[in-house]
Amino acid sequence: MAMNLLSENLNLMSEHLQSERAQPWREELRKSIKNKERTEFPRVKMPELKPEIRSRNYGEVNIGLSLEQAMGEARRCLDCVSPSCITGCPVEINIPKFIKNIERGEILKAARTLKEASALPAVCGRVCPQERQCESQCFYTQKLKKEAVAIGYLERFAADFERESENISIPEVAAPNGTKIAVVGSGPAGLAFAGDMAKAGYEVRVFEALHELGGVLRYGIPEFRLPNEIVDVEIEGLKKMGVKFETNCIIGKTISQEDLRADGYRAIFVGSGAGLPNFMNIPGENLIGVMSCNEYLTRVNLMQAADDESDTPVYKGRRVAVIGGGNTAMDAVRTARRLGADEATIVYRRSEEEMPARIEEVKHAKEEGVKFLTLHNPIRYEGNEKGQVQRMLLQRMRLGEPDASGRRKPVAVEGDELWVDVDEVIVSVGVSPNPLIPSSFSGLEVTKWGTIVVNPNTMQSADTHIFAGGDIVRGGATVILAMGDGRRAAKAMNEFLKSGTVG
Amino acid sequence: MNKIVSKEFLSDNVVKLEVDAPLIAKSRKAGHFVIVRVGKKGERVPYTIASADPKKGTITLVIQRVGKSSRKVCELNAGDYITDLVGPLGKATHIENFGTVLCAGGGVGIAPMLPIIEAMKKAGNRVISVLAARSKDLVILEEQVRENSDEVIVMTDDGSYGQKGLVTEGVEQVLRHKKVDLCVTIGPAVMMKFVSLTTKKYAVPTLASLNTIMVDGTGMCGACRVSVGGKTKFVCVDGPEFDAHQVDFDEMLMRLKAYN
Repeated sequence: MAMNLLSENLNLMSEHLQSERAQPWREELRKSIKNKERTEFPRVKMPELKPEIRSRNYGEVNIGLSLEQAMGEARRCLDCVSPSCITGCPVEINIPKFIKNIERGEILKAARTLKEASALPAVCGRVCPQERQCESQCFYTQKLKKEAVAIGYLERFAADFERESENISIPEVAAPNGTKIAVVGSGPAGLAFAGDMAKAGYEVRVFEALHELGGVLRYGIPEFRLPNEIVDVEIEGLKKMGVKFETNCIIGKTISQEDLRADGYRAIFVGSGAGLPNFMNIPGENLIGVMSCNEYLTRVNLMQAADDESDTPVYKGRRVAVIGGGNTAMDAVRTARRLGADEATIVYRRSEEEMPARIEEVKHAKEEGVKFLTLHNPIRYEGNEKGQVQRMLLQRMRLGEPDASGRRKPVAVEGDELWVDVDEVIVSVGVSPNPLIPSSFSGLEVTKWGTIVVNPNTMQSADTHIFAGGDIVRGGATVILAMGDGRRAAKAMNEFLKSGTVG
Repeated sequence: MNKIVSKEFLSDNVVKLEVDAPLIAKSRKAGHFVIVRVGKKGERVPYTIASADPKKGTITLVIQRVGKSSRKVCELNAGDYITDLVGPLGKATHIENFGTVLCAGGGVGIAPMLPIIEAMKKAGNRVISVLAARSKDLVILEEQVRENSDEVIVMTDDGSYGQKGLVTEGVEQVLRHKKVDLCVTIGPAVMMKFVSLTTKKYAVPTLASLNTIMVDGTGMCGACRVSVGGKTKFVCVDGPEFDAHQVDFDEMLMRLKAYN
């Protein structure tokens, strides 16, 4: 039945896309330039702050396209009959429609198109791994073996243009249906869910444990990649749609599951994230100056510790090692450079090819003077008499056979070790789900890793009135996958509350 | 924003604040803590809840002026607001009838000790409390402790009140003569270290409530990590109470100086 529903949905979706595509302005636009000509335009280059300037300040690295650049890039899109790019988008943005709106100069309409599907377009345009999603499915990548249309840059352009025009559209909201819904966590999953439920007329209240909204968008992703102001504007948009927010409130602690029910909340969406940092459990890991990437980034991003007026301190090492090869590791190491590190080094146990970080992040880090020590893994830290970390012992690694993730497994080269001097170490080797909800809610099914078990199509948990998505379900993924979960959960919860069953 | 309902000086540097926080007052249990932030540039700092009045919707915090952030809280007056207050956090104290419970509180640690003393007494335990402080004016909440204890020993470093000597001497007095089933200790890390060493000699199971550096207080950052029985634990979600005999107090003392 789930399959039937899925294909039915796909049919409906494609019918809708075709009718949109058949609109006269789209047809006219398609005829205005020959496809052959379109494919000959080179892909636009993102203007960036110069590395020597940005590696010492917090200005956003990617400056954004100009109107001319954006309209030029939009011409490259062929407005395909079956736009495969959409299948690569976890929230199914109508990509050709928004791009063609940019091509004809209707930027505000492009922004509105984005908002039909995405609660946070300015965020996604910045942090989505487009090269692995929409852009990897683009006709250019798939068939022409050329560089994809710069969908991500264009998304960001349209969202920024709308914000700067001070002509921000608020998506249409259905008449209030009086049904109260609670959302746990104001990160990307919760915000996407809240947006869709508000559109459907629900009375949505989002509960956030921290004193600021946005979850990982606030405490995790640095200012130079995602300015706080962008997050503020997107949240402001949700508030205008009627979503209520409550900070400093921990569901399961401040308010229990039972309290929520007693307060009349019909259903709960849990998007509490992966807030428990992993350590490697090696000697010396509790020395002063060794910390999780979460601690480091939270101090700098949420608590503004780099600001002299902030009461929150942060270590400002001269020789900083960041352990790990993901996007968070790149965020941490680039932050370390900005905090004045003379030497900021990524230490990663596999080779650069296996790094999970986005190519753009690795490129930016290198431009900013970050060193890469791949095929090395720390096995011990040593400190001085005050307990401050002074050096780390690294094990040289080589690549063996592919493991379960399909990547070649790192194997220790026995006896090949070296000491490296450091005065700060940031451990960025993944996160585990936050235990607060799984340990304080009853009726949930929880895996041995601490993630909540849900039906992957509906995001419904073992308790039919609780849905969940994002890292509390996935264990550690991306902003956009979390948003996709939030949207699926909203759709399914809406159906469930109306009919008592879900697909 | 949480309003301060009343303020009282327990000593020159120790302030008792009653704060409007109805949801926390309702859900908190002995052993829980809150995170407090004062001002938009303020730091997030954990304080153990000293008491709560669910009817009035208030919680009480007892805070000693020691650093920048605690000074900011102590400077607030009745009618002022705490910018951010979140909780209750951590695991509640496991309360049951153990038999005889020895509660050793040092300095401002006497405040969070009080709800544990009360709960232990209520559960039917014989409660012996040892209160320790540098001098007489720092012995706080003595009356309330006496009301809920079967026996109270007061120790001061300078002998200005009670007996002259360290907390460990008071603890040892009890342990030498009485069978104690559980010891709970709250106070400065170095004090808890020596209480723990003392009770270890007598093989009395001991819980210590640790107060480490924290940022979020919800398990997210790991700034609060301690070694317990050789394993790394997070004080905020795994604690704040741990088997004191397993805690690496030297490492904890070292980590407390991370930003000094």
